[in-house]
Amino acid sequence: MALEKKIRELKEKREKMLLGGGEEAIVKQKAMGKNTARERIMAILDAGTFNEYDMFVEHDARDFGMDKKNLPSDGVVIGTGTVHGNPVAVFAQDFTVAGGSLGLMHSRKITKIMDHALKMRIPLIGINDSGGARIQEGVNSLAGYGEIFFRNTISSGVIPQISVILGPCAGGAVYSPALTDFVFVVDNISKMFITGPEVIKTVLGEEITMEALGGARVHCETSGNAHFFSSSEEECFSQIKRLISFIPRNNEMKAAVAEAMPPDAGYDIEKIVPGDPTIPYDVREVIRAVADGSDFFEIQEMYARNMVIGFGRLGGRTVGFVANQPLEMAGVLDVDSSDKAARFIRYCDAFSIPLVTFVDLPGYLPGVDQEHAGVIRHGAKVLYAYSEATVPKLTVILRKAYGGGYIAMSSRHLRADFVFAWPTAEIAVMGPEGAANIIFRKEITSAANPEEMRRQKVDEYRDKFANPYVAASRGYVDAVIEPSETRRLLLHSLEVSENKDVQLPWKKHGIPPF
Amino acid sequence: MEKKVTDRLIIDHTTYSTRLSRRFTSRKPYEPPVPGRIQSFIPGTVVEVLVKTGDSVKEGDDIVILDAMKMKNRLKSHIEGKVAAVNVSPGDRVTKGAVLVEIA
Repeated sequence: MALEKKIRELKEKREKMLLGGGEEAIVKQKAMGKNTARERIMAILDAGTFNEYDMFVEHDARDFGMDKKNLPSDGVVIGTGTVHGNPVAVFAQDFTVAGGSLGLMHSRKITKIMDHALKMRIPLIGINDSGGARIQEGVNSLAGYGEIFFRNTISSGVIPQISVILGPCAGGAVYSPALTDFVFVVDNISKMFITGPEVIKTVLGEEITMEALGGARVHCETSGNAHFFSSSEEECFSQIKRLISFIPRNNEMKAAVAEAMPPDAGYDIEKIVPGDPTIPYDVREVIRAVADGSDFFEIQEMYARNMVIGFGRLGGRTVGFVANQPLEMAGVLDVDSSDKAARFIRYCDAFSIPLVTFVDLPGYLPGVDQEHAGVIRHGAKVLYAYSEATVPKLTVILRKAYGGGYIAMSSRHLRADFVFAWPTAEIAVMGPEGAANIIFRKEITSAANPEEMRRQKVDEYRDKFANPYVAASRGYVDAVIEPSETRRLLLHSLEVSENKDVQLPWKKHGIPPF
Repeated sequence: MEKKVTDRLIIDHTTYSTRLSRRFTSRKPYEPPVPGRIQSFIPGTVVEVLVKTGDSVKEGDDIVILDAMKMKNRLKSHIEGKVAAVNVSPGDRVTKGAVLVEIA
């Protein structure tokens, strides 16, 4: 009977902890459209797989009346479980307990599960919902953040790290998500900023709402800090589960192979891309026309839309698609799109995910603002990322591949393994109009009818150089293919590249232009 | 939500039909710096204006003291000349880039 009593005691203790900050605080949390920390974890994990640790951890702070304060589980829930059968480690800050504020023991719980994730080589999912540092705990709270950032960095490229912003994440706290691979945000719930609206108002006199300063939409559209936007927590959780299905557990494993599926019959790949290189189309249709089940999981859909990135499968294997988007800004490379592509390429390379690149771009975006914003160093990131990547690199040139843009987009010269070009491809130093204007300047200006001469020279140049055959004659393109052959050739080259082995010279690490 | 494709972007003499981003359409045209303009490089509050219209100033003279980020910043003249206009007085809150004093 003593045992029964002790078990009952344990159950009671647990019940108390599971209430977090108490019923009143939970009602407030719900009123904001938010789930509790444990509900969130259980919504992401497979049913019945969550195991919580450190439930009875307590803080040890004494100053400012903290010795009289009881904070259940110290405001954060940690544990392990599975997502689609894949083991993951997870933590979730509990806003109902002292606003999810981060004190020493709170941070030690987080770092404990982070250490666990790294040691076990399993993904880490962190749910952020916190007012920030627990001011009463002073420098211990800062130490806590620092320990988290350090682990985020050390784990980077070893295990996938996913950040979910489901409430405020302000001040120094934002740097943990920023150091992780993917950041999920929810409209009207997520708020991320270094300094909030009040500080901005008192110091600078600028007025702005929290939502306009650091809401979900801002970080998905403008700052590029977030990768996945959703309208509700439920939608966000299904996005997270979908992401997990595409990526491997760690950098020594490959992503699970799904059952191979043909693309939907509704996609006719020969009807998507117009022959005229100045007419736009949605390059995501090309991706869907080749991907298994026409399933494309786009990342950063709302940011730098002139570059499309995301995961799909070819013959059941996960690949990372990178594509210029002629529908937006003519598909140019600029500061933001370069940054977006480069980071994704490095992610895929770190986690053994082959890269499939679709090329159709007129080059780099001209402009004083671009030059002054550092398009040189940002553009260089794409060159760096593609050159450095040793995963299989497959390139398909759909139409335009002009100048520096041609080199940057996974060209042979950056060691693409297979480069295919459609017959509509134009691989040239620049577009026919621009090239003819430079090369035949004298002939044009001295002609009796300069406009007619210009047209004639442009056509001449187009006939001779705006095609895939000049590059093919040098072996820069491996094969000129019919659009309908694209999927078959991609599947084949993936198969051939399965055991690709490239050794780079030893280095501690490179110095990428960031 | 879907925007129609009615925008144009010219690159290397070729006109592409596409959609322009908000960032692109709202970009500010470049303006070369005017050396005689004393501008706030940061939003803040004017503490003191050390010159008045008509004063002669030398390069390096302090013109305005601007309080921003808990620092009292001394804004100096880049040129030698006469104060043509004083656009602010102590206590004024100014945005970044505001022209505080003009020297000709």
